[in-house]
Amino acid sequence: MTFDLRELYQEVILDHAKQPRNFGHPPACNRQAKGHNPLCGDRLTVYLTIEDGVVTDAAFEGAGCAISMASASLMTEMVKNKTEAEAHSLFELFHALVAGDQGENAENAGDGADLGKLAVFSGVREYPVRVKCATLPWHAFAAALKGKQDDVTTEE
Amino acid sequence: MTTAAGIRRQVQRDSDRLAFDVRRVREDFPILKQRVNGRPLVFLDSAASAQKPRAVIRAVQQCYEREYANIHRGVYFLSERATELFEGARVKVQRFLGAREAREIIFVRGATEAINLVAQTYGRKFLNRADEVVLSTLEHHSNIVPWQMLRDEKGLTLRIIPIDDSGALRMEEYEKLLGTRTKLVAVTHCSNALGIVTPVKEIIRLAHEKGIPVLVDGCQAVPHMPVDVRDLDCDFYVFSGHKLYGPSGIGALYGKAALLEAMPPYQGGGDMISTVTFEKTEYNVIPHKFEAGTPNIAGAIGLGAAIDYVSGLGFDEIVDHEQELLEYATEALAETNSLRLFGTVEDKVCILSFIIEGVHPHDIGTILDHEGIAIRAGHHCAQPLMDRFGVTATARASFGLYNTREDVDALVAGVRKAVEFFG
Repeated sequence: MTFDLRELYQEVILDHAKQPRNFGHPPACNRQAKGHNPLCGDRLTVYLTIEDGVVTDAAFEGAGCAISMASASLMTEMVKNKTEAEAHSLFELFHALVAGDQGENAENAGDGADLGKLAVFSGVREYPVRVKCATLPWHAFAAALKGKQDDVTTEE
Repeated sequence: MTTAAGIRRQVQRDSDRLAFDVRRVREDFPILKQRVNGRPLVFLDSAASAQKPRAVIRAVQQCYEREYANIHRGVYFLSERATELFEGARVKVQRFLGAREAREIIFVRGATEAINLVAQTYGRKFLNRADEVVLSTLEHHSNIVPWQMLRDEKGLTLRIIPIDDSGALRMEEYEKLLGTRTKLVAVTHCSNALGIVTPVKEIIRLAHEKGIPVLVDGCQAVPHMPVDVRDLDCDFYVFSGHKLYGPSGIGALYGKAALLEAMPPYQGGGDMISTVTFEKTEYNVIPHKFEAGTPNIAGAIGLGAAIDYVSGLGFDEIVDHEQELLEYATEALAETNSLRLFGTVEDKVCILSFIIEGVHPHDIGTILDHEGIAIRAGHHCAQPLMDRFGVTATARASFGLYNTREDVDALVAGVRKAVEFFG
């Protein structure tokens, strides 16, 4: 397989796509939101447990491509034990990383600062049509944080 | 019989006949010469939009370089020339579809606009509360949403012809749907997502027994088989030029003259009127009544050139070539482990829709793109059909007259790489 594809599909991504972590619906969760990508039909639901402004548990259910499944899986690992504000700024950093946003966030995102394992998604920016695959779980996560009831889509 | 498999059976492998020379055909399509990601382009997304032969590109270019002016207006040479070419293209569409008269051909942006036109004119005038429109599970969103909009406006009911697991329409269920409240049947001639050719002639016959008019979406049929609207006896037939190797932004609506004459205009504006005062407007005759504003003049001329091109190659040759590819590709893909093919009927055009266990169609699409292979991954604007099969998306390889066995080989090798990569 070519080098380029490995840039997109890094081992960590393939591993999380095949064996997603935190997959399921925790009975104790107190917030949830559905995400839908109308371009490909992928759907997933993010479940959060928020206690005193801290994400104490995060999980998801759904079906999608390797990028969206791995993104959801890694996201649920990364947001745990973060405050709502910290988790939200992680989303902004992540978005800047995969969408190649300009500005301050992009500089931070460029070197993978604070992104931890999420840096494995840096290859996504070379694939504009796949950016929404990576951000779908995060849109659902942000909606769950806000306590939104309606489904969110990647087109909002 | 005008179905693809019927044609295939009819075609005699006459040794005297010149074989379809796909190498020479490919020379007509400049875009196919390029490389993508360092590999020769393998274009397998013609069902979304087909590539254009040089004859079409030249016709559009020549129009703008030598023959362009507004039509139906000027008393000068160029306007007359452009009008002649534009109306000449209408005659080409008429003959291509086997319509009785050129005035039964309305130029539109594409099949989507054609269906919206029928819904908003015929539908608004002749359909009323509690009336029913029959569609099929195979429909593209463009033959669903315009009817839903009309349903919501008028209080109609949409009835859906179910399919069996092979994707074939369940004709016995269709017959049961046709009742006294049924006012229109709108069905595809060929499924864009699966390639299945529907028994439209029988669908039309059964509807006509009850006096119900039928609209046929011919987008995926016209590039792959001869169509004769008088033989089918359909009331409306729509297609898009860009899937027929013509320019984008041009398509045609065929309607029986009596129906078109009874329908109110679609959009108001210039060219669709005969006289205008501030008190009253007299509408122009068909087809002009439905063609408000300056149309896509170069597009229509380009579509005429595409029809000439396809007709020049001949459907006997095209059908033979594409059916051979279909057979070859179906067999080759079937040998791939954990691959599930949708639309497993005999009467098909060369479209292969599939999923692979454990590999999402989007990921297949990305892996293939790296090999220079363009396929479509997604719901193909046919979400109800995807729901029927319990999937959110499939990978779809769709072939045109310029595709080769080597393209199939590249597809199969690419698909196997994807299986290995994610396996």
